[in-house]
Order: sequence, then C-alpha cells, then structure tokens
Amino acid sequence: MSWEWHRPLEAKQLLLAVLSFVLVTVGGLVLLIPPYFLQGTIPTIVGVKPYSALELEGRDLYIREGCNTCHSQQVRPFKTETVRYGPFSMAGEGIYDRPFLWGSRRTGPDLARVGGKYPDSWHWLHLVNPRQIEPRSNMPAFAFLTQAPLDLSLTGRKLEVLQSLGTPYTDAEIQGAAEAAQRQADEVAASLRKDGVDLGQAGVHSEAIALIAYLQRLGRDIGWRERPIGTASLGPVQ
Amino acid sequence: MAEATTPIGRETEALYDMAVVRSFALSALLWGVVGMSVGLLAALQLAWPELNLGPWLHFGRIRPIHTNAVIFGFTLGVVFAGSYYGVQRLCRVRLFSDALSRLHLWLWNGIIVAAAVSLMLGHSTSKEYAELEWPLDVAVVVMWVTYAVNFFGTIARRREKPMYVALWFWMSTILTIAMLYVFNNLAVPVSLWKSYSIYAGVHDANIQWWYGHNAVGFVLTTPILGLMYYFLPKQIGRPIYSHRLSILHFWSLIFIYIWAGPHHLIYSPLPDWAQSLGTAFSIMLILPSWGGMLNGLLTMRGSWDKVRTDPILKMFAVGLTFYGMSTFEGPMMALKTVNSLSHFTNWTIGHVHSGALGWVALTGFATLYYLVPRLWHTQLYSLRLAEAHFWVATLGIVLYVTPMWISGVTQGLMWRAVNPDGSLAYTFIETVAAIHIYDVIRAGGGALFLSGALLMVYNVIRTIQQGTSTVPAPQLATAAAAGGR
Repeated sequence: MSWEWHRPLEAKQLLLAVLSFVLVTVGGLVLLIPPYFLQGTIPTIVGVKPYSALELEGRDLYIREGCNTCHSQQVRPFKTETVRYGPFSMAGEGIYDRPFLWGSRRTGPDLARVGGKYPDSWHWLHLVNPRQIEPRSNMPAFAFLTQAPLDLSLTGRKLEVLQSLGTPYTDAEIQGAAEAAQRQADEVAASLRKDGVDLGQAGVHSEAIALIAYLQRLGRDIGWRERPIGTASLGPVQ
Repeated sequence: MAEATTPIGRETEALYDMAVVRSFALSALLWGVVGMSVGLLAALQLAWPELNLGPWLHFGRIRPIHTNAVIFGFTLGVVFAGSYYGVQRLCRVRLFSDALSRLHLWLWNGIIVAAAVSLMLGHSTSKEYAELEWPLDVAVVVMWVTYAVNFFGTIARRREKPMYVALWFWMSTILTIAMLYVFNNLAVPVSLWKSYSIYAGVHDANIQWWYGHNAVGFVLTTPILGLMYYFLPKQIGRPIYSHRLSILHFWSLIFIYIWAGPHHLIYSPLPDWAQSLGTAFSIMLILPSWGGMLNGLLTMRGSWDKVRTDPILKMFAVGLTFYGMSTFEGPMMALKTVNSLSHFTNWTIGHVHSGALGWVALTGFATLYYLVPRLWHTQLYSLRLAEAHFWVATLGIVLYVTPMWISGVTQGLMWRAVNPDGSLAYTFIETVAAIHIYDVIRAGGGALFLSGALLMVYNVIRTIQQGTSTVPAPQLATAAAAGGR
C-alpha cells in the first residue's frame, strides 16, 4: 500500500487545515452539548439557594487566594469519603457555582461539606495561623485576611451580572447587596467576639469574615447536618 | 554534532527571519528559568509552610504562576522559536510578515509579564491553566491570531508544495488551541479584573477539563511532536522512520485526544456516560501516542552510536521514552479503579511532571541546543556542559517523579484505610504528615532540574558571546542568489 491517497492532503493547506479542525470538533460537540439537554443530568435539589451577598464575596476571596489549588470541593461516592466528609457531591448543588470549584488536588482536606463543622472562631484562628490549631499542617497562614478591610463596592454589580446569567437574585437583593453583606458580617463578627476573638474596631469588617461566611455555607443546602441521614443518602433530592 | 561545526545558518540569514527566532529562543529560556524557580519555591512551601510569604507569594497564588510560566512561557516560547525556524525552511520562504512576527513576540512577552503580575495580585478565574482574567484573555486571542496569520500565511506562500508532517502538527495546534481557549474562557465581566464564567457547576467542570486536558494535548503534545519531527531527523542526519506512521498517528491522535477530558472528572457528578467515554478514549489514546514515540525512536535505529556522544540526541531519546511512559500511565489513571486511588493525590502531580519535565522540557532543551549555535552562526560553547545538563536533568526527573508516585499511592491508600469496625484508620492530617518526606525529596529533584537549566543558560550565553547575529555583506548576495534551504 503506497498511501498515495494522502498526497493531495499534504499538498493542500486549506484542505488539511479544515479536515483537522473538523476532526477535533467532533469530540467536543458530543461531550459538551448533550449535557445541556439530557434529562437527569442535573436533578433539581429544593434546598439549593444562591449565595448571600457576603458568601459570594467570600467565595471570590477563596478564588483570589487560590484555596482551590489545595482543597477540593467534590466528595466522591465512596464509603470512606462520605464517612470522612459527608454526603457525596451532587450535580444539582453546583447550579450557582461560577466557576465550579471541585479542584484537582487534596493537599488539604475536601471542603464541600465543611459548613457547620467548626465554629466561626475556629476558622478565624486557623486562618491566622493553621499551625496554632494543627502543628503538622502545611497550609499557608492567611493572617493578612484578618487585617484587610472587606471591599463591598462591587457586590451589587456582582449580583447583577450573576442575575443576567440566570441566578435568581431579585432586583431588591441587588439594590441592597452591600447592606445585606454588612448585616451578615455583623452577625459573624458578633459570633467571633462571643468566642473571645479580638476584632479590633467595630463596624469595619475584614476579608476573613466574608471567607468564613462562605466556608460555613459550604455543603449545607441539602440539610444533612440538621437531619443526619444515611451517609450516602441523597437527602431531600426531588 | 557534525552539522553544528559548519555555520550553515549564515547563508540563510538574509533569506529567512532569524532575528525573531533568536528572540523567541532567548525569551523561552528566560521564562523557563523563571517558571521552574517559582515551581521550586512552591515545592519548598509544601514542605515548609513558613516559606509562604505574605499575600503575594503564598502557594495559592504562585502555583498558577508556575504552571502558566512553564506552559505558556517556556513551552510556547520554544514552540514559537522552533516552528518559526522550521516553517521557513520547510516552505523555503521567509515568514509571512516581519511586522506580525515582531508584534507576536512583544504581545506574547508582554502577556507573560502581565500574567505573572496579575496572578500575584490575585486576579484569577481559578480555572486551571485558564486562570488569566478577561483582559488578558483578549490579549491572548489577539496574540494567537497574530501567530496564526503569520504561520498560515507563510505556508500559503511556500515554494515547496508538499507539507512535511511537522507542519501538520503545528497547524492543528494553532486551530485547536484557538477553539479551546475561546470557549473555555467565555465570561461576563464585573470589573476590569473580575468576571463570572458563563458556565456553572457541572457544565463548567465539563468544559474546563475539555480545555484542560487538551491544553496538555495541544500545547504540551502536538507542537512538541512537531519539534521532534523537524529537529530530531535534522540532528541525527536521516529521515523520519515512517511517513505512513506519521499519517496514521497524526490523524488518530488529534481526533481521539479531544474526547479524553472527562477522565479528570471520574466519580464526579458529571454524567456517567461522559466519564466512560473519557476513559474509553484515554485507553485508545495509547496507540497514536506510541505511534509518535516509535516513529521518533525508530528514526534513531542504526544510529544509536551517535546517541552515545551527542547530548542533544540523548535528550530526544529520553524525552520520547518519557512520552511513551506518561502516555501509558495516563490511560491507566483514567481507569475507574486506578483513578479512585490516584485522583486528588500527588500521583497526578508526578504523572504531569514525567510528561512535562521528561517529554516537553527535554525535547524543548534539545530544540534550543540545536537552534542556538545555528542562530548565532557558531558552535555550541561546551558539549560537556550540555552532557552534564542532560544527566542532571534526568536525575532530577527521577528524583521528582518517584517520590510523587510513592506519596500519591501512600496518601490514596491512607485515605481509604479502615479499621475492622469500619471506621477510618487515619485522620487527614496523618496523611499530610506521612508524605512530608516525599515533598522534601521532590523539592530536591526540582532543584536539580532547575540547576540543569541554569547550566544551559551559561552555555547559551557563552555560545552567543563567541557567535554573531550579523552576516558579513558579501555572503548576503550569494545566499540570496542561491535561494538556500
């Protein structure tokens, strides 16, 4: 076999380019398009709600600091994982996650179900210096987050953009985003003070407070801490 | 090194744009050293967390700087240099536009600098190898279009009708990366440095790993195969082993690669059928990958005596071998049973680096060692230093990859270990403490690899000092008249 049939391809630039491009589009089309239309790809979970304004700011700080480089947010459906972390992750839980934060490496533990596991003050101390709580930890210290003032100037705009992408924020929520974030931050600050954390001056909140609000929200929507169910149960899925 | 002893580049200086190739080669070397240094710092931080410095230099922020610098700085730099050098010779024509070449060079270097600064400041989308925020994404697209027009325009004007296999790989790279990059990065801006992905949750994960896996496929594989197909036969002085094998493995590789992305999402909420497709195509990928490896290695058949004395050929040979190993390991890790153990562990990091250090960097070094003496019309300053570089780098890879395998399997097994009563045998922090020693050894392997690259920098500087980038006038006329290849 002389493979003469291939010669014309080797002499025609456009033909080779177009054919190679068509070939590489096939796999993408098959893998990426159907999930948007197939029933059952993302079953609705009633408890899943959009992030609050403060939690959203916390999530963006989580992204800014690259927490996802060391912490996954995806519990796999193994007994050893559900025992360690909680119920396995479900597609319906991520519908407001832009971007997704499943991660690819667990240098630290999975955080998909960390919400409600520790008190706010634990997170505060842990951020300031992880080795204060666990001497063998290799997590960086994020003390600077407890000093940096929380910037809420873009919060409303963020909700607005997410609304345009389909997250069901109301116009009122967008209008009052910064105030709502401030109120929730006051609550987190109060719980921290109650545990004896020195927050410095009142009224001005640090970035750590938003991050803690986000961490405490993680994995809570399915209500598994309130109603402990079988470790691998789907919970209130409909 | 027989060829390097004659300054053949001199005749072609007038005909071809060699200045831009020189600039790309030097930029690649610079970004290589920067990217590897940042990688070493990241490795040290994992072993000793006190080395995390303030807001700008902690692991979470520098890890993407490391990956972006070595993938888009070093690797693409070598690819730009090598493909611009190769395309002019394979087509026997000067690059399409000198202006576009300069624009490409400065846009790309500017983007790498801006990327490093913006990532240090925390402007990240978090999507792996696509961390840059939207203004830089726009700049990347402009830069890529510049490269595409310049490259395709050069081929369109070619004086040699048949296109050699290296050109197929580079063309496919340009088109596929354009598609992947644009679709994965679609986002709505909130401000200058913040945007939200138009995809959410499962869909975002799906498209991210379609992109992420094919960044490996079409930045770290196909253009490097192009380098191998051009520079290995040049260096060894004989044609590629089999043209048929080139045809077979080119078409099957680019077709199959695209499907394998979901193997990054096994046991995730991604639909099962997609995960299974990812696994199936990953297994299929062994054949075209090994087709490329064999075509390279068999080109050396009968010339292994040259490999003994030539460090450049050694780098190609070991590079191809690592390519073969990691393209076997990858499909194995795509099997559900293996993935359940390896996913989320250091095994993945080891796997990536056996490909990135073993295949990409060694092939890249070999390409640069081939190019530099020819670009400056002289001989390599020291073959012995290049030989030392080869051995130091190879030892570094072994010391990097082996502890990562051990640490990955260790952590994977500890995570799943249970007591007789079904409770977990280890807390998470016990698994962190258990792999500390491997993090230390890995940093040593990385340091060795980096010191090899520094040997190369010294060698290149001395080579440039003894060479010249200008061509004596009388030779210009004869070269132009000869229309040399």
